Amino acid sequence: MMIPLNWYISLSAVVFIIGVAGFLMRRNIIIMFMSIELMLNAVNISLVSFSHYLNDMKGQVMVFFIIAVAAAEAAIGLAIIIALFRNKPNVHVDEANEMKG
Amino acid sequence: MATGIFFYLAAAITILSVLVITRRNPVHSVITMVLLFFHIAGLYLTLNAEFLAAVQVIVYAGAILVLFLFVILLLNLKEELLERRYVGPWPLQLAAAVGLFFMFFLSLKAFKLGPQGAFTDEVIKAQTNTKVLGKFLYMEYLYPFEVVSIVLLVAIIGAIVLAKKRVRN
Repeated sequence: MMIPLNWYISLSAVVFIIGVAGFLMRRNIIIMFMSIELMLNAVNISLVSFSHYLNDMKGQVMVFFIIAVAAAEAAIGLAIIIALFRNKPNVHVDEANEMKG
Repeated sequence: MATGIFFYLAAAITILSVLVITRRNPVHSVITMVLLFFHIAGLYLTLNAEFLAAVQVIVYAGAILVLFLFVILLLNLKEELLERRYVGPWPLQLAAAVGLFFMFFLSLKAFKLGPQGAFTDEVIKAQTNTKVLGKFLYMEYLYPFEVVSIVLLVAIIGAIVLAKKRVRN
């Protein structure tokens, strides 16, 4: 039996929303970065399933690029976290409010 | 059979992603995320994307999460375990996320699949998935591929510049 495409898209939506919730709710900036990775993975799931159900390889090429950009984003983001940690005792986002107007 | 595998993978992915964002200890989150990425690679295998399943394990589980672990080593974990996990107005944030979720599901009904492409399962099986993907990457998408290499170079240099200790003279 062929699994409907909507199930894959629903799974992708669920993972994306869990990523959004984690990004908005957590205080630890590292967990927030992991939530961003979760959201990117959710989009990858939907792109791969589109690629399979449309018989088109372009979705998988796009996933390849997303993974490359995610690696770059993780490297930059973690460097920013290290720079932040050098100036503050912890990495909680609600305590980093020096730029408040 | 295929439905059973899908339901197992879907349930595992959902539970593991909830665990990732709720664990108090960041190391536990990273370990859970490794498991999650292996399950997502399994999901790619059910969608006939073998190359991406391998890349998912090698790049995400192998490289990115090790980077995360290295940064967590810098944190003060003992202090982290005692503090509260969520920001002050977290029920509001959760409500916003759930609202977005319902918006997704309402828009899902209006979705229609577009025209079919040329790469059916038989065509891909004749040439193997990796070969078809490689042909796309190095012929049709050669320019974006080179741009991505520049993005990675900029990320390497930027990470070194940002994380380097500034020497005051």
